[in-house]
Amino acid sequence: MAYSNKVVDHYENPRNVGALDKNDAQVGTGMVGAPACGDVMKLQIKVGADGIIQDAKFKTYGCGSAIASSSLVTEWLKGKSLDQAQAIKNSDIAEELELPPVKIHCSVLAEDAIKAAVADYRTKNSK
Amino acid sequence: MTLQLPIYLDSSATTKLDPRVLEKMMPFLTNEFGNPASRSHGFGWTAEAAVERAREQVASAVGCDSKEIVWTSGATESINLAVKGAALFYQDKGKHLITVKTEHKATLDTMRELERIGFEVTYLTPETDGLLDLTKLAAAIRPDTILISVMYVNNEIGVVQDVAAIGNLCREKGIIFHVDAAQAVGKVKFSLADLNIDLMSFSAHKVYGPKGIGALYVRRKPRVRLQPLIHGGGHERGFRSGTLPTHQIVGMGAAFELATQEMDSELPRIKYLRDKLLTGLQKMEEVYLNGDLEHRVAHNLNVSFNYVEGESLMMAVKDIAVSSGSACTSASLEPSYVLRALGRNDELAHSSIRFSISRFNTEEEIDYTVKLLQEKVTKLRELSPLWEMYKDGIDVANFEWSSHDTQRDVILH
Ligand SMILES: Cc1ncc(COP(=O)(O)O)c(C=O)c1O
Repeated sequence: MAYSNKVVDHYENPRNVGALDKNDAQVGTGMVGAPACGDVMKLQIKVGADGIIQDAKFKTYGCGSAIASSSLVTEWLKGKSLDQAQAIKNSDIAEELELPPVKIHCSVLAEDAIKAAVADYRTKNSK
Repeated sequence: MTLQLPIYLDSSATTKLDPRVLEKMMPFLTNEFGNPASRSHGFGWTAEAAVERAREQVASAVGCDSKEIVWTSGATESINLAVKGAALFYQDKGKHLITVKTEHKATLDTMRELERIGFEVTYLTPETDGLLDLTKLAAAIRPDTILISVMYVNNEIGVVQDVAAIGNLCREKGIIFHVDAAQAVGKVKFSLADLNIDLMSFSAHKVYGPKGIGALYVRRKPRVRLQPLIHGGGHERGFRSGTLPTHQIVGMGAAFELATQEMDSELPRIKYLRDKLLTGLQKMEEVYLNGDLEHRVAHNLNVSFNYVEGESLMMAVKDIAVSSGSACTSASLEPSYVLRALGRNDELAHSSIRFSISRFNTEEEIDYTVKLLQEKVTKLRELSPLWEMYKDGIDVANFEWSSHDTQRDVILH
């Protein structure tokens, strides 16, 4: 199958691969997908006292489009507020990476990962 | 010799035409264009002689009489003719057939079609090594079983079934036995003269011959009858009408002759390359061989790279042409049904790669492949949250995965 140049670029040079300390109160972790479905994304954000995302890291098990989708959102997340982060839509990701219809689910998963990471951060810091 | 990329390691999908085969075919694509069915002039006689010589070559390669060979367009058609033809002819004796879940789709879909028109089919599950347990086969036989179809060599995992023993069982019970041997010629030594097999399907393009030509062996003693599927001019003793493609047939004859003649010198070299590939890949952790190693053709290797997703792995190894057990091209991800039938979990089924080595591969190519895989698998594992979990001692298989139903989301978008 043919991938767009952007997918290939993110796949070959993934940005922000790695892990943050999930026990850190500043860090929100989202893990979505399931191995049985062929995709698992782990997305982590580190939020500053000002409520702005300072850092984002990912690890993804999945096809090239899934890796590219998660790599892209780590770039987008940095510098955003949590509300701005949650406003990222899967269609934005799909459009940026020129994903074909059969790969839209990768962008959906990336959106879910953002929501899960933000939710985790909010739960941790709700007290 | 410099290394040419990409490296073709997908000879179970199809093989490159051997130049020696092409040479034999060429006259029949140019000056010798006659119709082998033309009886009234030399053009026809020349073509007919070439077709009959090729029939002898195929027959002697598989150990049968040339009168038992029927030309078809490939193994798919042979399987259809064998299974449907026998089922339709013998339906008054019974309507039950038996096959195995790991068969090629050509067999499975033919069986499904027969179910649709009123036959009953039992699909046996092989053991986890891919081999069929004969006691389970014997237990599945019913008084109304008319046909059993089992492949000789599996196209994905390369395991070799004991068709001799299955044949004896079938003969004893008076059941017709069809064997899909598309992947067996030139890979395993056999002679139909020594086997209780009634029908056997062949294809040329898996054996360095041309695509679009195959043959069906139809036993004469004891005689097996078939209802033809393609009607017309009564070619091939009425089993399969249609003008014979002389050049393709000549190619198949030459290819089968070469394959059986060169097997003894070729297979040890191919097996050496395969074993070198396996040893190299197994230097990595969490690499699993799919299918039994001992009852296996020399050129096949099917391995799963745990915690690495199949399609991204395929993307990473663009320099080699291989097949993946995972088809992630549709919204509903479907791992290989063959690996699933072996009881492989989804992750392992998804991360499988089939390497199939041909007579044209070199040791240099295998060394390159080992290095490439070591490098790319390591890179993808660094990216994999599952690998991280595994390294942290978390049991990935029994982890409670969130119930995000992305598949359903896809349909809504
Ligand atoms: C085991 C097996 N059976 C049948 C076939 C179909 O053969 P053909 O391509 O000649 O129709 C193949 C090839 O894909 C095969 O591997």
